Amino acid sequence: MTAALLPPGELDTLWFQVGGTLCNLACEHCFISCSPENESLPLMTLAEIEPYLAEAEALGVKEYYLTGGEPFIVKELEAIVARILRQGPVSVLTNGTLVTQARAARYAQIAAAVPYTLEFRVSIDGFDAASNDAIRGAGSFEKAMRGVAALVERGFLPIITATQVWEPERDGEVVGGFFRELRARGYARPRLKILPRLKIGAEEKRTGGYAAEERITPEMMEGYDAAQLLCHSARMVSRRGVHVCPILVEDPRGFLGRSLARSMVPYPLEAQACYTCYLYGAICSNASSRVAADAAGY
Amino acid sequence: MAAPGDAKERERARAALIGGVYSNHVALAEVLADARRRGIEECYCLGDLGAFGPHPDRVFPILLDYRVRVVQGNYDHSIGNRRDDCACGYTDPRDNHFARLSYRYTFDRTSDRWKDWLRDLPVRLDFSLGGKRVHLCHGSPRRTNEFLWESTTPDPFLRKLFAATGADVIACTHTGLHWQRELEDKLFVNAGVIGRPENDGTTEVGYTIIEAAPERAAGVRAEHVRVAYDHARLAAEMREENLPAEFIATIETGWWTSCLEILPGKERARGRF
Ligand code: SF4
Ligand code: SF4
Ligand SMILES: [Fe+2]
Repeated sequence: MTAALLPPGELDTLWFQVGGTLCNLACEHCFISCSPENESLPLMTLAEIEPYLAEAEALGVKEYYLTGGEPFIVKELEAIVARILRQGPVSVLTNGTLVTQARAARYAQIAAAVPYTLEFRVSIDGFDAASNDAIRGAGSFEKAMRGVAALVERGFLPIITATQVWEPERDGEVVGGFFRELRARGYARPRLKILPRLKIGAEEKRTGGYAAEERITPEMMEGYDAAQLLCHSARMVSRRGVHVCPILVEDPRGFLGRSLARSMVPYPLEAQACYTCYLYGAICSNASSRVAADAAGY
Repeated sequence: MAAPGDAKERERARAALIGGVYSNHVALAEVLADARRRGIEECYCLGDLGAFGPHPDRVFPILLDYRVRVVQGNYDHSIGNRRDDCACGYTDPRDNHFARLSYRYTFDRTSDRWKDWLRDLPVRLDFSLGGKRVHLCHGSPRRTNEFLWESTTPDPFLRKLFAATGADVIACTHTGLHWQRELEDKLFVNAGVIGRPENDGTTEVGYTIIEAAPERAAGVRAEHVRVAYDHARLAAEMREENLPAEFIATIETGWWTSCLEILPGKERARGRF
């Protein structure tokens, strides 16, 4: 079957897999199967990031995301965040369990010194320990909530990111539960983002992968707003080099070499995870996932 | 755009830039009167005439009366093209509910004649001011509904926009919060909006005056001007029209109460909700 070819837009969003595939947790639904032992992608250093930042500056990149694995495992994380914040806004995607009071205080200082926003996105998959820990491991709910509270105390408004591991009918109940629980812990105006599940990595083993017909065909792209897809305007950099998006870091088809500029080429949407993007839009960005882009052109 | 050598063109040294109106005809009249008192003749509106406020048809005669030139906003595009929603794309169900309500209201009360007018607005306007090229757009030069917040619009990205447009000054609105940044010999301006206060706990709104300034690297300077208007009157009209209490609260208190999810953390932290 021929895959739909996505013409590239401008590089607006640059991701860094700073935490590689290493994580202090080993969630059952992790779409890149991260764990304390998975070293298939190692941690990144500031020195490794620098050349990409130089390229990103020349390309006019608009925003930066740091992910893993767990970014807070990276010793240099503070230096990396401070460095990138000189050049643009930064979002750190974390499980929150390693965010201490002292760390939150230092990040608040770093953020106060620059005009650009520093966001934390904390993954929590249920509004109580029972539902969250079943997926993210014993004790992770309490630790993550403490991390959230530490960030809130320092003036951050972390975005709580929950993967939709519950049945869609329960959306309202779960969202309400999150708001109640977060407010009870001192987070008066919680920000919440619900992510669809990506049926790859550990999640594939948990619930079974995609069905054969769950793919993007060229016909499906007719009249579809390509700007909805993250890979239209984003790239991911790991220790290995440039990948098409944060979702396909472990998929060899997602590897696009070592130059950002040269990575902005038409890309075949042949992976099955692409199907989830197709349905939900730019699921990985902080912004709402259904913002329709009205291209006016230069 | 006036032809080079046009006398009017040479004279132009100041212009008023007015951001989203959101049907706030009371503020619009006040802002334009303020600009006139200052002797400013050239007024531009950066789009989003409807939404949020009451009686959408009331803004058009005022705009025409003052001969304001208007750029098309995302809302204008949706209403003008008879779309079924504003394409704001909020994910919070409460925001979505309010967005739909106010879109319906605005859509139903905008006459066909003005819908056509909105549909035909240009997505950009270019003119020269003190010999500098000014580019007006709604969200960004490349996308009508792109949000350019101060804390999420880095210098390298702005440089790209300046290179792509060839402009010396770029001005937009769409976010609701004004800011400006000088960058080498360029000037970027978000003119803010006059439709609702800037989430700062005051009821005033603001617009931006740009002015030729040869002493500046960009050759143009921007000043944000705050204007008090009869917000109680607007609130009363909104009540009569049964518009959401949350929207009225924003007009009366100066704090945004809905659609907060679009704000970056840095901007949101400054507000109350
Ligand atoms: S989902 Fe996040 S927190 Fe969980 S194992 Fe994967 S990287 Fe770690
Ligand atoms: S997984 Fe999503 S973001 Fe990645 S290449 Fe496929 S469509 Fe693009
Ligand atoms: Fe707008």
